[in-house]
Amino acid sequence: MSAANRTIIGALASHWRRNPLQLLTFLAGLALATGLWSGVQAINSEARASYDAAAATLGEGQFDQIVARDGGRIAQSDFIAMRRAGWLVSPLVEGRRDGVRFIGVEPLSTPGGLPDLQLDPDAPLQGFLTRETLFANAETAALLGPDTVPENVAISVAPAVAPGLILGDIGIVQSLLGRKDLDRLLVAPEQPMRRAELSEIAPHLVVQDSLQRSDLGQMTDSFHLNLTAFGLLSFAVGIFIVHGAIGLAFEQRRGTLRTLRSLGVSLRRLTALIAVELFGLALIGASLGIVLGYLVAAALLPDVAATLRGLYGANITGTLSLRADWWLSGLAIALLGTALAMADKLWQVAHMPILASARPRAWSQATARGRRRQLGLSAVFFTTGLGLSLFGEGLLAGFALQGALLVGAALALPALLHVGLSAIERRTKIVTWQWFWADTRQQVPGLSLALMALLLAVSANIGVSTMVSSFRLTFVEFLDQRLASELYVNVANPEQSDQIERVLSRHADDVMPLLSMSSRAAGMPIDLDGIRVTDTYRENWRFLAMGPQAWDEVAAGRALIANEQFARRADLWVDDLVRIEGADPLPIAAIMADYGNPRGQLVISETLFRTMNPDATPRSFGARTSDADTLMRAVRQDTGLPEAAFINQAQIKAFSLDVFERTFTVTAALNILTLSVAGFALLMSLLTLADLRVPQLAPVWTAGLPRKTLARMELLRAMALAVCVFLLALPLGLALAWTLLAIVNVEAFGWRLPMFLFPVDYARLGLLAVIAACLAALWPAISLARLSPHRLLKVFADER
Amino acid sequence: MVLTLTSIAKAYPGADGVIPVLVGVDLSLEPGDTLALTGESGSGKSTLLHIAAGLEMADEGDVIVDGQNLTATDDTARAAIRRGTVGVVFQQFNLIPSLTVLGNITFQARLADKEDRSFTQQLCERLGLKSQLEKYPEALSGGQQQRVALARALAARPKVLLADEPTGNLDESTAAEVLALMLSLVEENDAALMVVTHSEKVAQHMSRHVHLRGGKLI
Repeated sequence: MSAANRTIIGALASHWRRNPLQLLTFLAGLALATGLWSGVQAINSEARASYDAAAATLGEGQFDQIVARDGGRIAQSDFIAMRRAGWLVSPLVEGRRDGVRFIGVEPLSTPGGLPDLQLDPDAPLQGFLTRETLFANAETAALLGPDTVPENVAISVAPAVAPGLILGDIGIVQSLLGRKDLDRLLVAPEQPMRRAELSEIAPHLVVQDSLQRSDLGQMTDSFHLNLTAFGLLSFAVGIFIVHGAIGLAFEQRRGTLRTLRSLGVSLRRLTALIAVELFGLALIGASLGIVLGYLVAAALLPDVAATLRGLYGANITGTLSLRADWWLSGLAIALLGTALAMADKLWQVAHMPILASARPRAWSQATARGRRRQLGLSAVFFTTGLGLSLFGEGLLAGFALQGALLVGAALALPALLHVGLSAIERRTKIVTWQWFWADTRQQVPGLSLALMALLLAVSANIGVSTMVSSFRLTFVEFLDQRLASELYVNVANPEQSDQIERVLSRHADDVMPLLSMSSRAAGMPIDLDGIRVTDTYRENWRFLAMGPQAWDEVAAGRALIANEQFARRADLWVDDLVRIEGADPLPIAAIMADYGNPRGQLVISETLFRTMNPDATPRSFGARTSDADTLMRAVRQDTGLPEAAFINQAQIKAFSLDVFERTFTVTAALNILTLSVAGFALLMSLLTLADLRVPQLAPVWTAGLPRKTLARMELLRAMALAVCVFLLALPLGLALAWTLLAIVNVEAFGWRLPMFLFPVDYARLGLLAVIAACLAALWPAISLARLSPHRLLKVFADER
Repeated sequence: MVLTLTSIAKAYPGADGVIPVLVGVDLSLEPGDTLALTGESGSGKSTLLHIAAGLEMADEGDVIVDGQNLTATDDTARAAIRRGTVGVVFQQFNLIPSLTVLGNITFQARLADKEDRSFTQQLCERLGLKSQLEKYPEALSGGQQQRVALARALAARPKVLLADEPTGNLDESTAAEVLALMLSLVEENDAALMVVTHSEKVAQHMSRHVHLRGGKLI
């Protein structure tokens, strides 16, 4: 850099030295924005790496698989028969031991090969085959207790193995799990031309093509998109802070810029050096943000892991790696955000006459024309939103609708506040309050970016909390309906099934066997359940939609029940016909809610199920009883079943609710972080405006309002503005909640939730927003109360 | 007396220690008095005016406005005296930008609960502001803004009007017009007027003229 450029940069940078608070605002705003964005990206990146590891380990979504038609296990003899018939299949066994998931594979025949286990490069397979070795990543390996794995088996740390998983040779894993059968067979993509049909070799087995299986990455896409949307919202809130800081710095440096121009600095050089200066600062802010993002991600990752496990059964690692993709994306978006924030200011500099006024323009005073322009833009966004809500399809359209609503409302905010505050001012008779409202109206342009940030944060909070609370209410009611039986008994094998049913029939008031299998209907994979239609079902299950005599029709085998996910995906509803693979078409008698289940599900009568699949036996039983503990003891005594085979209704409800609560911990944490950033934005705006406030307040002080009163009014002003913003955020937040419940949820999960209102929660949030505004205004107000008369009087001096 | 300043001393900290600005200044005004206070730049004229208005505290001495000693009161009490008894006009007008012309004019009178609508109307007519009442200060010329500032100071019928270079920002003819209006309104309301000025022309219009030099009145 030339000496001249260094001098110019020095002159520009002197502003930040003299205004350290503005520098802090700029850096903190960018660091917060980048931090929240890159934190979310870090979580997504870690999760995706885990899915990739799972796919590499288990062939998820890559290879066709052969499974038992009844959902049970595969005998070793079936595998041998298939190999003899020419099928290139590889066996896989999986099971849990001491809470850890074990997968056994046959390394020589596994399609796609093993993940990179960092084996001996000279004899890679030798290590896998000859030594008694199991492979796990460091985190999972650390979880293994001394009794989980026998002493003669070594544990080798291999980062490529999916989290929560231990991989080993099938022989070792079978012996650890005490099993001789298999769970599935992986089908190699290339198969010999001549081979016997599967139906001839093993008719009880079925091929599931890779596209039928729910790939973890796809299943969880909506969750990660949700997180990304939150990250983007937080980033937008942070960028409001940066925009405000850059705007103020430009206005306060108008004199310096004019002087530099008049001293011979060309416009091109000046704009280039301003860009260099700001991008340099942006790099510092972004670096701080990436560190912050790492901390945010590290703090949230365990809850995200719990959420994904609870919702999708997806295992992701609980520890964070410094992956280039997320920190580079954080850096890129920080620079992009800075570029956006400074673009219009650079344009102004480029069009500023050399002899433009050196005094800071009343940058905070928006003109009526400016307000009209913003309102016009807001109308464009709202119209786009309306179009998206009428004609948009897909998850992205849902998020785009939310974005259009949020940006449209943020742009309309200054004009709405102007109108509202003017109306209050007109209705006020007391002079002090007339001035208060007029002055508050005058502050709106200067605070508008921070107020917009607060609007976004509060409305997102209302929207998400309404969705979560509506979900909670619906989910609790749903659990009460669906888990009506007091005790559930799981069956280990078909032989046990008859005995358990006989014993349960003796002791329980009512017994409800549950048969299930995988099948296909309407061109998609489904879970098919067979139930015995008893009064318990009739009295407890509530349907989203149903035809006449729905239960009678189902019980008679003349109709079926579909879950909402299936109905929406297949675009079918009550009375529409559904053909289950290998059966005659049946009409849908009712649509049931099925929250938390990503798969389509159809329910038919037990009798019809057995007709379609004569060998099927119940996998579990529900039992009605007035004393679940006594019933469990009696059944255990008669059958010798272990305690683990029983699930108490109260326990399962508590477990489901616990999973649910943790599911939304991350959302709640991001909500609070976003609100905090908005509070910070308000504080920074008030602090940067403090200097501009003195000339506005000095005449009022001169006229006889003491500084303490003025300070109290400053506090009150921030609180009044927060209340106004909250009142506008309320309808916006409810609109957001509606889009989340009626559009995003349907697109992402396949179910639509009813919307409930929670006035007490909203009032609490409003109070929180007012407290945040009050805290933000406290420091500037105290400074004002302590402002020396001398400082106020300088306003009236000839030479300011 | 409506204003009595006794042994007023004031000093400011400077780079080379404390700089005395006022040293034992005595001054008093009766109703109807008009006083010009002149002096060089930095001589302490504005400081003395600020002390008289209770905007700034003297280091030593007493300030008695309409029988109340400002030096013995707190900020809140001084503010109350300021809004009820004193009117101040500044060179920079210092109107409240968020209020209309009418809102500015009536502001102090309403604060002091002394609003007299017919008097305000008269003031506005005399000052030629009747057609400007719904406008905001930014839409007015400098002369018009100073008239609004004068109307605001007088609308509360102050016993003491303190003006700091009230015509300093105005052209000659507008300055003469504003000054004439100020003097006539002060006379009609039997108020006392102290004007800080550099202008000999302005000083000549006052009944008394004092000069500040070296922190003392001569």
